[in-house]
Amino acid sequence: MKDFPILRRSMRGGKRLTYLDSGATSQKPQSVIDAQSTFYAEKNAAVHRGAHLLAEEADAAYEGARKIVANFIGAEIDEVVFTKSATESINAIAYSFSNSGAGSRFSLKPGDSIVVTEMEHHANLIPWQQLARRTGATLKWIPVTQEGRLDYSTLDHLVDSSTKVLAFTHQSNVLGTINDVAQLVAAAKKVGALTVLDACQSVPHFAVDVKSLGVDFLAFSGHKTLGPTGIGILWGRAELLDAMEPYLYGGSMIESVTMESATWAPAPRKFEAGVPNMAGAVGFGAALEYLNSLGMENVHAWEQELTQYALDKFSELKGVTVIGPKDAIDRGAVISFTVEGIHPHDVGQVLDQHGIAVRTGHHCAWPLMKKYGITGTTRASFYIYNTLADIDTLVAGVISAQEYFKVI
Amino acid sequence: MELDSLYQEVILDHYKHPHHKGLSAEKDVQVHHVNPSCGDEVTLNLSVDGGIVSNISWDGVGCSISQASTSIMTELVTGKSVADAYIILDNFSELMASKGTMKGNEDLLEDAVALAGVSKFPARIKCALLGWMAFKDASVQAIDGSEKP
Repeated sequence: MKDFPILRRSMRGGKRLTYLDSGATSQKPQSVIDAQSTFYAEKNAAVHRGAHLLAEEADAAYEGARKIVANFIGAEIDEVVFTKSATESINAIAYSFSNSGAGSRFSLKPGDSIVVTEMEHHANLIPWQQLARRTGATLKWIPVTQEGRLDYSTLDHLVDSSTKVLAFTHQSNVLGTINDVAQLVAAAKKVGALTVLDACQSVPHFAVDVKSLGVDFLAFSGHKTLGPTGIGILWGRAELLDAMEPYLYGGSMIESVTMESATWAPAPRKFEAGVPNMAGAVGFGAALEYLNSLGMENVHAWEQELTQYALDKFSELKGVTVIGPKDAIDRGAVISFTVEGIHPHDVGQVLDQHGIAVRTGHHCAWPLMKKYGITGTTRASFYIYNTLADIDTLVAGVISAQEYFKVI
Repeated sequence: MELDSLYQEVILDHYKHPHHKGLSAEKDVQVHHVNPSCGDEVTLNLSVDGGIVSNISWDGVGCSISQASTSIMTELVTGKSVADAYIILDNFSELMASKGTMKGNEDLLEDAVALAGVSKFPARIKCALLGWMAFKDASVQAIDGSEKP
């Protein structure tokens, strides 16, 4: 905790900060803040161009960060594309597909289908809705059960010979549910569909190895993984990235250019038009090194302990319903809940008064809220810097909200 | 406690016992407004007769602030001319933007002055304005509709 300067600041009324909103964005260790600042202070230059010392050092720092990311997820270096966010990464895949010519394995047409799940974040739903709209393909979705798991019994009839893409989240940002990637990938492979994994809520929290998962594409963000905002990752299997069309055109991404036409640099450069977010990438590299120093097994074990403790404590609360799996099996450190008689915004407001930062609302998963017949939830999401005492503070805060609104 | 400046008793009263809630069959126009950041929704039915708000009713889901504020608004504008309602609306908008520096004109805003504390909580201002913006939208449509031959 000492590594995270923001956790030392005081909140309303001098209360200490209980930060339970890491699902939205994580806090940053000093080493990440320093890495960005040092890059600007000592190495700043445009990468991939320029023949001076600064450009060489900036290049080494930026490409060094790419190598750290690749090692972190078990990828080849050239399979790692820097984007501005996971949202951009997923849109990049969808736009690359629609930029592909007819007959390409990435092109979709009427009669084809794209399958997502009912628990997707808007960022892994709307790009596919729009790709379907642009191409005439049909969007289908795997339903979620009352317990907050995917209904795998629907897989066989939803993922069929028409399916070209199966896009799903590794861990739900609302429910905490960790999906069975192996089963979903097997269903997609059987029909030759490409798989896209939204790993925003998994890569920060447990070891993820792209090769063993068997997916084709994976997206995650820097800022949820202790890194800076404005940096995201698109990973794709090398042969797919090679065959795909770019989605942004301009400087840096070309091989040669005439007044009439241009050809593209090999991946990942082909997908990184313009001067990239160099300091962001370097800061992100520092964030992953910080996680490496902790060990992802330890990160996961600690979050499992927090999850179990929180679920136990919440099960004792009257008038409080946890939305999502009630056990800690295949479940991440996210507790979404409703409080009978109090709107999530009002719960969040009372918690804020106690220095507790939570997320309230629909969590960019509006269809999931509708599924459960609620307008929103209050969500506490945990990370490495949280303690069991934070959960006690949260539980006391929820009770104080119930008292304030006189519902108990 | 700072919270009490936000959740005044009159707000909690309106939240628990909202006025004009439940959609009336009588309406010239119906609008549906949402707060995309939190999912709160309000559906508002409005009738304007000779420039006067003759009937207003609403339904919705949302936090105490959005629900109470909508209830207070409907109470305020009923029976008033649309022009007078806009004066109230402008005054209320100014209060919401005041960052806690204004108390609100009680003669004009009545119960709505209880919402003055909201202006100190930037994240909640949109909640307080949800119903009011729905009314503004509905009244513009109602007037446009009545001017057509």
